[in-house]
Amino acid sequence: MSRRTIIPFGPQHPVLPEPIHLDLVMEDEKVVEAIPSIGFVHRGLEKLVEKKDFIEYIYVAERICGICSFMHGMGYSQAIEQIMNIEVPERAVFLRTIWAEFSRLHSHLLWLGLLADAFGFENLFMNCWRVREKILDIIEETTGGRVIFGSCKVGGVRKDIDPVTLKRIDKLLAELEKEIKDISNVFMNEYTVKRRLVGVGVLSKEDAHVLGAVGPMMRASGIAQDMRNLGYGAYSKLEFEPITRTNGDSYDRCAVRIDELFQSISLIRQAVDKIPEGPVDVKVTGNPDGEYFARLEQPRGEVVYYIKGNGTKFLDRVRVRTPTFANVPALLKLLQGCDFADVPILILTIDPCISCTER
Amino acid sequence: MSSLSKSPWILHYDASSCNGCDIEVLACLTPMYDVERFGIINTGNPKHADIFVVTGSVNEQNIDVIKNLYNQMPDPKVVVAVGICAATGGIFRECYNVMGGIDQVLPVDVYVPGCAARPESIIDGIVKATTILEEKYKKMKESKSLVKKGRV
Amino acid sequence: MSEKQEFKSITIDKLVSTVKELSAKGYRLVQISCTKLDENMQLNYSFDKDYEFLNLKLDVGKDAQLPSVSDIYWSALLYENEIHDLFGLSIEGMAIDFKGNLYKTAVKTPFGNC
Repeated sequence: MSRRTIIPFGPQHPVLPEPIHLDLVMEDEKVVEAIPSIGFVHRGLEKLVEKKDFIEYIYVAERICGICSFMHGMGYSQAIEQIMNIEVPERAVFLRTIWAEFSRLHSHLLWLGLLADAFGFENLFMNCWRVREKILDIIEETTGGRVIFGSCKVGGVRKDIDPVTLKRIDKLLAELEKEIKDISNVFMNEYTVKRRLVGVGVLSKEDAHVLGAVGPMMRASGIAQDMRNLGYGAYSKLEFEPITRTNGDSYDRCAVRIDELFQSISLIRQAVDKIPEGPVDVKVTGNPDGEYFARLEQPRGEVVYYIKGNGTKFLDRVRVRTPTFANVPALLKLLQGCDFADVPILILTIDPCISCTER
Repeated sequence: MSSLSKSPWILHYDASSCNGCDIEVLACLTPMYDVERFGIINTGNPKHADIFVVTGSVNEQNIDVIKNLYNQMPDPKVVVAVGICAATGGIFRECYNVMGGIDQVLPVDVYVPGCAARPESIIDGIVKATTILEEKYKKMKESKSLVKKGRV
Repeated sequence: MSEKQEFKSITIDKLVSTVKELSAKGYRLVQISCTKLDENMQLNYSFDKDYEFLNLKLDVGKDAQLPSVSDIYWSALLYENEIHDLFGLSIEGMAIDFKGNLYKTAVKTPFGNC
C-alpha cells in the first residue's frame, strides 16, 4: 500500500481559465478522491432581485456567464413570460433561436480549443478560435456585442436582422461548415488526439443518470435527452434529433459536441429559411405573480430558471441551476481512479463554467 | 526600450468575473488579434510574469489568492484591471459578496473599460502597461537594491 | 410552448421515502432549491423523467432539521451544502459535509437573514 498525498489543484492553474479548487488525494500517480471547494467566483447575484426590478434584472441574468450569456437572458425571459402570459411574437422567437444556436456554435468551438490546449495541441487550439471569430463577427453585426449580446428582453428581442444579413448568414454557414469539418477531422481521426481521449474518463449510462449529469455529458453516455425537445423557442418547428454516443469516454463527449456544431448549423439554416415577418417585441404591462421553472438546453446542458414573483415589480426569488453545477458530481466520480496527468482533460470534458456554477 | 517591455509575460486571473472578459483576454492570444506579435506571452506561472491581468471583482474568497499571486510576481510588475467589474464591481457592485474593484487590494496601473472589454481595448491596455513597466524598471535600476536582486 | 409541470406538496417525514420512490421509478434529480418566504423556508425538489417535470414542495420552519437525500442521489450533496451555506438550514447526513465552507461569503447565510 503506497502512501497517500494530497495535491491541491487550482484555483489558479495554467489549464484553468476560471478558478476552481480541487484537493486531489493521490496514491502514487493515481487519483483516489477529489474534493472540490468552490466559491471563488461567488457573487451572490441571485440576491440582486431585491435591488433590481424584473425588467432590469435581465442585464444581471445575461452576466451570470459570458459564454452562454444570451441563453441566460433567454431562460430568464421565458420564465417571466410564462408567469405573465406574454405571447412573444413569432419573429422574435425565431431570432432568439438563431442567436441561441450561434452561441452554441461559439461556445463549442471555444471548448474544443481549450481541450486542444489541455492536451498540448496548440495549433488546433488556435484554429478553433480562428473559426470562432467568424461567428463572433456575425453576432456582433446582428446584436452589437461580442460576448454579452444584450439583445434579449422580456417580451421579445431588441433588434431585428434584416433580409440581406439573413442571406449572408446562409452563406457564412456554408463557409463555417467546411472549416469545422476540417477541424473535426483532426479531433476525430488524429492518432495523437485519440491517444489522449479514447477510453479516458468513462462515465456509464447508469452513473450519468444517478449523478444527474446533463447536456453533452449525459448524451455521450447514451441518454438521449435534449431540452430543446421541450419545444421552447422555435425548436418545435425545426427538425433535429438529440445527438448521442454510447461509450461515455472523453472521445465521445468531444464527438457529441462536434456533431452538435453541425446540428446547430442545420438549425440556424432552417430557422433562417422559415423565419416569419412581423414585429419583434410586445409591450409588457403589469408585474409577474406566480412561479415557474423554465428549462433550456444550453451548450453545457440543461439550465433551470426558477422564478417566483409576488405581484410587485421586485421578484421574490430567482434561482438558477446551471449545467456545470449538475455536472460537477459526475466530474468527481470521473476523477476517482484516473491518472494525475489526465486531470486537466477530465476537468475540461465536462466543459466547466465556473462563473455559472457559483453565480 | 528594454527587453522586458518588448516581451512582457502576462498572468491572467479570473476574480469572480462572468467569464466574458476572460474569454476576450484569451481571444487576444488567438490568430485574429494575436498579441504574441508584440512579444506578449500568456504564462500560468506568477513567477514568470510581468503584467498581472485581472478580470472581475474582489470577493471574500479570492482576496487572498489575488494578493498571493501578486506577491509571487517579481518586481517590476504592473496590474491591469480588465472590464468594469475589475474597475468598480460593475453590475455586481451591490452583491453581498462583492467588495469592489481590484484597487481595493492591489495598486492598479491600467484600467480597461467595457462589459465585456473588447480585445482591442485589452490589447491597448496591455501596451500601455508595458510603458509603465518600463518606467518602473528604470526607477528600480536607479536604486541600488536592484543589484542584489539580480535582475540587472 | 409551455411545458406541463407537476407540483406536489409533501412534509418533512415523507421526504426521504418519496424521493426513494421516485429514484426507483427512474427519475433524475434536476435540482434542489430554497426560497425564503415571510416566516418559513420553501424547498423545491425537482425531478425529471422523459421530459416530465415533477416538483416536490416542502414548507419548513427556519430551525427545521432536514434529512439529506444524498444517499439516494449522491449529486444532492452540492445542493444541500449550498442550501446550508446560503440559507442556514441544517441538513443531516450529507454525503460530504463541507460544514459551511462550500461558499465563503462576506455575510453569513446571506439568504437566510433579511
